[in-house]
Amino acid sequence: MRAIVLAVIAATLAANAARADEQAIKLKPGPGLDKVEANCQACHTLAYIPMNSPFLNAAGWDAEVTKMIKAYGAPIDDADAQAIKAYLAAHYGG
Amino acid sequence: MITRRHLLEAAGAGAAAAATGMRFATVARAESAASRLTPGVPAGVASYVQMGRLPGKRPLIQLADRPPNYETPIEYLRTPITPNDAFFVRYHLSDIPEVKAETYRLAVGGEGANSALELSLEDLKKMPAVEVVAVNQCSGNRRGLSKPHVAGVEWGYGAMGCARWKGARLKDILDKVGLKKEAIEIAFNGADGPAVDKTPDFIKSIPVWKAMDENTIVAYEMNGEPLPHFNGFPARVIVPGWTGTYWMKHVISINALTRPQGGFWMNPAYRIPVGKFPIRDRFITQENATSTPITEMVVNSLITSHRDGDKVKVGKVVVSGLAWDGGYGIRSVDVSTDGGRSWTAAILGPDLGRFAFRPWHFEFTARRGRNTLTVNATNKIGQTQTSELIFNPAGYHNNVMQSITLTA
Repeated sequence: MRAIVLAVIAATLAANAARADEQAIKLKPGPGLDKVEANCQACHTLAYIPMNSPFLNAAGWDAEVTKMIKAYGAPIDDADAQAIKAYLAAHYGG
Repeated sequence: MITRRHLLEAAGAGAAAAATGMRFATVARAESAASRLTPGVPAGVASYVQMGRLPGKRPLIQLADRPPNYETPIEYLRTPITPNDAFFVRYHLSDIPEVKAETYRLAVGGEGANSALELSLEDLKKMPAVEVVAVNQCSGNRRGLSKPHVAGVEWGYGAMGCARWKGARLKDILDKVGLKKEAIEIAFNGADGPAVDKTPDFIKSIPVWKAMDENTIVAYEMNGEPLPHFNGFPARVIVPGWTGTYWMKHVISINALTRPQGGFWMNPAYRIPVGKFPIRDRFITQENATSTPITEMVVNSLITSHRDGDKVKVGKVVVSGLAWDGGYGIRSVDVSTDGGRSWTAAILGPDLGRFAFRPWHFEFTARRGRNTLTVNATNKIGQTQTSELIFNPAGYHNNVMQSITLTA
């Protein structure tokens, strides 16, 4: 029985340890966050957003989102792209 | 007797303890990572960064986990050879398959070759083996220190490492298929790919003259062991002297080209403005009026024994670090303790070859208060580091002399 208890604890620890190395990026709440989460994470971690802050201004974030669509082929529609740019400029703009 | 309820309570307590422990561990890992960040990187990095552990690796500074971009803390840059499990990791694309040694095949050919063939890992190992000790540095190392900041992976000092690479000469591989006289570039593709089809695959080329250099190899060993998965298992291209962008990991195709390689990763990516840097190696077939591909690394140095702001005791202090360049070799490393008015030569350590990290150390007498040291490396053709940043939009080639202040 003791072995089972230890096994359960070990399994819990192992599960936590496995999760702990993944990045749990909590972005700031605000309009457009849902569009960011729905689109950007398809290809990369959301860590790139705080990583590139707060120095990018509205024009800088505009250029980044445009690059993701034009250069990297991200399938983001115009309405979502506008919402994402507005969110990034408002919450991670310099 | 232990009842089911006891079991659940015990498990619950265990889980709670584990969760609490993990919270502490996570906080500790975040503090640990933040304390290892290079001073001057964008403030946003510290808001999320933690030490992260990839399979087969020690905890490294986890700038991004997908695609994986992990920086080596300076603690692991205190020797001229960087341990495999502490070597930095850099990927552009998120789909990274585990390539099996048994089924691995390297396709060699292209329109600039007389024939085509496939090589297994065993075939590569049967070819004459050569070893080269060489620095692998990301083009964007120190991008995070650009003023003003520029977009990208915000590396501090540690997107670099140095290893003893063993493999077959690329020249010998190309000789097997034979190059046509019209061949101008050799292009590499790796097994990794994009998350969505429309993202350009990461394909890079180098000029034929660099491909035929006796030091350019396809390596299957790193410091006497198979390459770690995250450093390109089972084989990667080693282009000594040149920045990491050409060192294709998990290389599965090598093509001789009669026309310049196109694609996003050749242009506009990985380019520097024409005429701004003291670069000798030119990649003429890719050059245009305003930009040219990044080629060899600029001469540089790093203090790895201490961090800016560290406390030391009054009296003798030994500061040490590394110096490197694009393959001419390091002639001297000079240190100033008076803001650049006078310089004293540091003592150079073992020379592992002209492409390797050159260790150095410098002893000085720390006075009470602030002691500022500035380091400047000179290579064997007389190139030195810069005192002012040579700004460029991608944040490449930052070899501004490093200064740290130690308080006694």
